[in-house]
Amino acid sequence: MNKVWSFCVDFMLYLFKGGVKYWAWLGFLWIFVFAWVYGNYQQLSEGMIVTGLTDQVSWGLYLANFVFLVGVAAGAVTVVFPAYVYKHKALHDVTVLGEMLAISAVIMCMLFVLNHMGRPDRLWHMIPFLGIYNFPGSMLTWDVIVLLGYLLLNLVGGFYYLYKKYVGEELNNRFYLPIIFIAIVWALSIHTVTAFLINTMPARPMWHHGMMPIRFISTAFAAGPALIIIVFTIIRNNTKLWIEDNAIDLLSQIVVWCLGIALFLTLSEVVTELYHPTEHSLGLQYLMFGHHGLNNLVPWFWASMAGLVGTFLLLLVPRIRKDHKKLPYICAVVFLAIWIEKGMALLIPGSIPTPIGEFAEYSPTLIEIINCLGNWAIGFIVLTLLLKGAIGILLGEVHYGGKSAYGEMKHANDPAHA
Amino acid sequence: MAEDRLPLNESTADAECETWDPAIHGDQPPSKMTRRKFVKNTSTLSATSLMGTAALMTNSDEAQANTEWAEWFQGNYREMTDEEKQEAVERLERRYSAEYGKDVTVDTTPAQEGVLFGYALNIQKCIGCRRCAKACVEENNQSRGDQEIEWIRVLKMEKGEFTEEKMGEGYPDDFGIQVGGNAYSAAGVVGEGEHYYEPEQVPEADSFYMPIACMQCEKPPCVKVCPVRTTYREPDGVVVIDYNWCIGCRMCIGACPYWARRFNWGEPKLPKEDMNPDTHYLGNRPRMKGVVEKCTFCIQRTRKGRYPACVEVCPVGARKFGNLLDPNSEVRRVLATKRVFRMKADLNTYPKFFYYVD
Repeated sequence: MNKVWSFCVDFMLYLFKGGVKYWAWLGFLWIFVFAWVYGNYQQLSEGMIVTGLTDQVSWGLYLANFVFLVGVAAGAVTVVFPAYVYKHKALHDVTVLGEMLAISAVIMCMLFVLNHMGRPDRLWHMIPFLGIYNFPGSMLTWDVIVLLGYLLLNLVGGFYYLYKKYVGEELNNRFYLPIIFIAIVWALSIHTVTAFLINTMPARPMWHHGMMPIRFISTAFAAGPALIIIVFTIIRNNTKLWIEDNAIDLLSQIVVWCLGIALFLTLSEVVTELYHPTEHSLGLQYLMFGHHGLNNLVPWFWASMAGLVGTFLLLLVPRIRKDHKKLPYICAVVFLAIWIEKGMALLIPGSIPTPIGEFAEYSPTLIEIINCLGNWAIGFIVLTLLLKGAIGILLGEVHYGGKSAYGEMKHANDPAHA
Repeated sequence: MAEDRLPLNESTADAECETWDPAIHGDQPPSKMTRRKFVKNTSTLSATSLMGTAALMTNSDEAQANTEWAEWFQGNYREMTDEEKQEAVERLERRYSAEYGKDVTVDTTPAQEGVLFGYALNIQKCIGCRRCAKACVEENNQSRGDQEIEWIRVLKMEKGEFTEEKMGEGYPDDFGIQVGGNAYSAAGVVGEGEHYYEPEQVPEADSFYMPIACMQCEKPPCVKVCPVRTTYREPDGVVVIDYNWCIGCRMCIGACPYWARRFNWGEPKLPKEDMNPDTHYLGNRPRMKGVVEKCTFCIQRTRKGRYPACVEVCPVGARKFGNLLDPNSEVRRVLATKRVFRMKADLNTYPKFFYYVD
């Protein structure tokens, strides 16, 4: 027990050891958190009327970010899968960083769901036995199970690995490997179920097709590794942890193939829907071309398409894909383009037109935007801290019985030694 | 529209006995009993009501805070024991009475044996006056003003979508017109039917009207997606919502193919003087912010043998209501003798709201 306690203390204390950049980054994120506190206070006291949502478009930016981030969480598996199934040495060494990313993404998902709910105070109604859990009827209850399960798998898997590394013991593979392999399959399930959440509603024809889960997964496995490449690059440039080139090269290959599949699926959908357009394709038509001057989403759609096609073509060229200076910027475009695709080009037009054919446009309010930015900031703070601690352990700077950060702090604060 | 609204309060409040139709509930005793029971209930609850009134005069905020705190812990309506229901109802009556300054009753009359409510609407007769929509709001305590919620929307359909001058083109003009709006009367171009029309007079030339509201589906998609089973189908076929159990996730709004559900985006605005004090727990009791609501076939009236407010107010008799299990009911006669269809029948939701023409 002493070891566990020491692990927690040393992990925490290591988070306070950082350079100027580290603190500036955290400070920058905190600005958004302060705005977020105000935004949430407004929304909780006034109700969801402070958002731009209406009865016509009742799912907006919050749910769009949720859907996207489920994909990012699932995308972490692109590190775990090659590491354990194909024994990729370089990725194997940093698997735990992928798990930390998954944990942060799921936490962001939860924040966005809470923002989306009209009565977050009544969340306990969903707790089985205490409240009513409409399982297996309601797809939302499936989503809660898979997301919480995924969070748990990554927490247990990630921190078990870190703890063993910290105390310098061998991993018990009979415990650890099943967690890893279950988590790999589970990652697919979180984005599949999230797709089912919206595509099982015949009332919304734009979403009501069987291609949705695989489209979700293909974009997730592009956005997820794109973010991981950016994170790995930052780690390589700013910490002593060196992540091998071939780890990044494999990830960029995954990005390019998944982008290709995603584009192929999008094109298939466009052809199917628009070759002989029916009323069921009005949502897609509105998204692509607008409708009688209502064209809020049109620029978003084409920007996203341009981003996806452009980055796909660039990444197809090995010379560019392997240029680790340019790659993070291309990945940032991929990440952004898929964020737009999931939100402005999928979730919002699903409600336009309404089931009775009314075209009502939606634009988020400032409060909605600060709440979204705040959720992202909290997620990035969590990610930064988790990565910081994990890297400390991977580097061996934090280990049991060593010159602990805890001891150093005590030393520094002791007036006798000052 | 010269007569914008009928004097609804007079006509609806005392019309209870006159509107009894044996076709609805067979030969059960008419609702005079209900009126008596209502008075009796009020006297037995007078102590609590007085407390409520006292609280109103002294410290209503505190009373309200206490009741809301207790409400927060209450279970789902369907899982409550009779005692718990009684407690919940008394609590609500106390809060509502204090809040609205009148004796508010919250009824819990359950579904009756052998009753399955059904509705039929004659689109040939409807003139698009929207008295139904107005009467509905006054009966069912919806939010007013800039946050107005209407459960009934009347779609104006251009006749056949073919106009004289476009006849040669072989297909209708591209749909709709654009109208302005905000969060509560949203902007948009309407595809199938325009529901913001404001003409000098109804009916308009070359138009017919198709009112919509909750279709009370036998296979309701909204019920299936609700994660906490706060919305469910009652044995008499009405899909209801326990407003105190709703978590506001709006899955049901996404799943409803008829755009029948409304959300309380802010604290509902229900003026004291407009509040209808005869309420049902699952029906027209005042709602709170952050929950979903919709048509319940006026459960507070129909379970006591009265017509829904919209049926009562319709000036052309386009609206028929009754028990689908009673072969002699009006709605059954419509189904037997008229040309009947259901909206979006392809979705297999099996609405109990039928449209017909003579």
